[in-house]
Amino acid sequence: MSQDVFVIVEHLRGKVADISYVMLAAARVMAQATGGQVVAVLLGNNAAGLADNLAADRVLYVEHPALSDFTSAAYQTVLDGLLREQAPRAALLGDTSMGGDVAAWLAARLAWPLVSSCRSMGAEGDALKFVSQTCGGKIMAEGDLPGPSALVMMVPGGYKPEQGQSAQAPQVTQVMAPSLEGLRVTVDSYIEPDTSDVDITKEPILIGVGRGIQNQDNIELAQELAQALGGVVCASRPVVDQGWMPTTRLVGKSGKTIKPKLYIALGVSGAPEHVEGVADCEMFIAINTDPNAPIFDIAKYGSQIDMFDLLPVLTEQVQQAKGG
Amino acid sequence: MNVVVVVKLVPDLVEELAIDESGTALDTTYLRLIVNELDNHAIEQAILLKERAGGQVTVIAPDLEGVDDVLFTAAAKGADRLIKLTGDLSAVNNFALANALAAIIKEIKPDLVLTGVQANNDLDGSVGPRLAAQLGMAYVGYVSGVTPVGDGVKVRKEYAGGLVAQMTVKLPAVLGIQAAEKPPRYVPISKVRQVSKTAKLEARPAGDLDTGNGATVSRMFKPETGAHATMIEGDVDEVADRLVALFKEQGVL
Amino acid sequence: MTTTAISPHPSFSESFFSSLYELADGERIRTCLQCGMCGGVCPFGYAMEFPPNKMIATLRADVFDRVIKTESVWMCISCYACAQVCPSKIPLTTTLMTRAKEELLLAGNVPSELQQALEKSDRYNNVLGESPRKRADWAKGLKYSVPLMGKDKRSADVLWFVGDYASYHPRVQLVSKAFAKILNALGIDFGILGPDECSDGDSQRLAGERGLFEKLATKNGQALRKYTFNQIIITDPHAYNAFKNEYPALGISYPVKHYTQFLLERLDQLKPLLKTEAKTRVAYHDPCYLGRANNIYEEPRQLLQAIPGVELVEMSHNHTTSLCCGGGGGGMWMDGFQWEKAHARTTDWRIKEALAVKANTLAVACPYEPPRFEDAAKNNQEAAELAVKDIVELIADAMSD
Repeated sequence: MSQDVFVIVEHLRGKVADISYVMLAAARVMAQATGGQVVAVLLGNNAAGLADNLAADRVLYVEHPALSDFTSAAYQTVLDGLLREQAPRAALLGDTSMGGDVAAWLAARLAWPLVSSCRSMGAEGDALKFVSQTCGGKIMAEGDLPGPSALVMMVPGGYKPEQGQSAQAPQVTQVMAPSLEGLRVTVDSYIEPDTSDVDITKEPILIGVGRGIQNQDNIELAQELAQALGGVVCASRPVVDQGWMPTTRLVGKSGKTIKPKLYIALGVSGAPEHVEGVADCEMFIAINTDPNAPIFDIAKYGSQIDMFDLLPVLTEQVQQAKGG
Repeated sequence: MNVVVVVKLVPDLVEELAIDESGTALDTTYLRLIVNELDNHAIEQAILLKERAGGQVTVIAPDLEGVDDVLFTAAAKGADRLIKLTGDLSAVNNFALANALAAIIKEIKPDLVLTGVQANNDLDGSVGPRLAAQLGMAYVGYVSGVTPVGDGVKVRKEYAGGLVAQMTVKLPAVLGIQAAEKPPRYVPISKVRQVSKTAKLEARPAGDLDTGNGATVSRMFKPETGAHATMIEGDVDEVADRLVALFKEQGVL
Repeated sequence: MTTTAISPHPSFSESFFSSLYELADGERIRTCLQCGMCGGVCPFGYAMEFPPNKMIATLRADVFDRVIKTESVWMCISCYACAQVCPSKIPLTTTLMTRAKEELLLAGNVPSELQQALEKSDRYNNVLGESPRKRADWAKGLKYSVPLMGKDKRSADVLWFVGDYASYHPRVQLVSKAFAKILNALGIDFGILGPDECSDGDSQRLAGERGLFEKLATKNGQALRKYTFNQIIITDPHAYNAFKNEYPALGISYPVKHYTQFLLERLDQLKPLLKTEAKTRVAYHDPCYLGRANNIYEEPRQLLQAIPGVELVEMSHNHTTSLCCGGGGGGMWMDGFQWEKAHARTTDWRIKEALAVKANTLAVACPYEPPRFEDAAKNNQEAAELAVKDIVELIADAMSD
């Protein structure tokens, strides 16, 4: 048993995911309170190099061919043994497609408490405190993180990835992998995201459409504004699920992360799953007729005006300003 | 293929949410519950599997507001067996729910357990992976496609950025559904009403609903509106003018 | 040798046919002449694979299932134009088209926009999916009193059934506020149901959801039974149609009037209050559910002519030939679908007709219409100065505050 804080590093196709750095930042806060170390746990095959910029005191690296790709089965097996043996104060995983496959399973197996949707961790005296989001981001919940060992699933937003990065490569200790024979989940192949379309992660000006656009037809209005501004249209999940925009334009948890100079969100409620995908934005403008929409807590400027009234007028003004 | 679908009833976010007097939970006075949207997708995926490969679909839901309608609607879509989990389920966490469900699902011995990969009120992880641990089954979440193949299923697992992994999963397994292959179908109310006259709802007690060593919420609150957006007032022209001014400030225009 | 008219194992077409006979005047479908007037006058007939006449042809040829496999029938906006012109007087809208939509829903052939509207109606008692608790919020802070039955009073002379769009849609709420002004000015003892009021369900019924209609009607019936009042006045022709023609069969029977009838009865009292004159050429659009469905053509016109400064003109389609705004039978919720299929809107056409008679104002009397016609006016540069107003608004504007 220790007071260390473990961070299970998420990486895919040779790249460490931003959530890993976010977790390292949270772990630092926790370790400072507990007096333990921040320990990054890296599972992979020929992947030790990924540890280079992790802001951890040390790294435990487990190498095995069966860890070449992420699978729930492989990660569950390795972490079950490792956490049971090491019994750290806390183990952090991403509230993501990877962490989500493993954390609650481990909680059930190890009989450890688990807090999910966690945005940030803090300390009050002896206690470690979590702050999580729930009910579509409309409600926050905080409390003590129980001991002696607990699991935490983290969502982005509480820390910048830079806070979890380090110029100094941490010490890496290789740990023996357990037997990973007969795993019940195996990877057959990957389907790449469609690259024939625009890469919205590289676009500086983006117009986002949400459920409020009401139908596919109205997206044309957003396209016209985008065109006038020299930008591109992206969308939240409900729009993509309806088939009104391709998945290449999806911004959010299961889509892309955008870092635009200007982002205008039209009829987007601001649920965490979407907002998660807006990592950084110099000018965030939200148009939504619902004054209570969570998006207004994130946007810099907002208006309750009906977008269908605004768009034609705004597009024309932009066209004129550009030299019409 | 013998499929069980686990359904949660969660706060309906259309209604305005309030915190109760204790400051640690949602005020239930006007709180309404709705079927978890992703569990609806799980039901749809189960019915699609039944339509393609035959078998039985069992739907289990907790005895909370609106559960009868949820189960009868599932039956109208093609579900064969309907189980209502009874007990005081209003404040249970997923730890307790998974324990209660595991006991019932063990008896059914399904090939697949489908459930939404998450619900809007999950605070101790989601139900699916916990069930998998309890039942000794494999688990894959964020699944948007399921195809039976041999003694397993092939699934599409979604990652961020649009990347999809095609995986093979040995049965029995629990899958956390992100999206069914088709949007959940519509059932006319007359059909649900018709089914409600003949379909049987089996009540199964949840038993001990101990919420375990999980974390307790010491404070529930609405996020700070301190960092609220600066609202632009006025009519269409005034708003458009202000926005154009902002664009110019930004260097976009 | 005897033969049976219907075979022992009826085909889908046969059972569909016989289901029509059970509806009022439904057996007239047997006398269809295949003249094609219905398909010809239908605003979207050209966009349907199976306009009404072809639907009947497939029924007779025992291949009606072909129709159910297409999305053709969803283009029907339940405007009664076909029923109006049919030489055999077949009530096509209420029998053939509605029953066909019921079959489409049962077959799972339903546009996603419509599915969402139906699900919202069921869950939130209004088609917009807004919180039922906020149904009367439009009246908060209004300087004209809008009493809530149950909270403010248990009996009144008049119960005003407000409706979904009039309660929740920002544009149509303006009409509700104007009507509250008029009722107060006339000293009417009235009340509204508020959060207990549910969608009348009529458009949902005509979109094939009979079960949903009955569920909503039952809820409305339960709410109404709690109070005493002498009559119901309705600002929504669809709700008027439901209350007048459909609710009595469900045991919900009250004297009902559309607001135009109610106000016209009180014209002597109303006219002196209309002091402000605004010179305007007004073209009146006959809503399908007041006009063709319920034969109310003159009352709205008489009301308009009582407003000082109003010069009433008729568009080329008027009275029985009025052009539907496209909102009936589910159309209000299927904008994307209609556009995909037809790339034309009936409202665009209507705006052109208003401009052709040099109208300044297009007067309407149905809650679907202000947002629909205003959207169309925005698409037409020549219509920049065309105002779209409910008659209620024109009357309220003519009154002092």
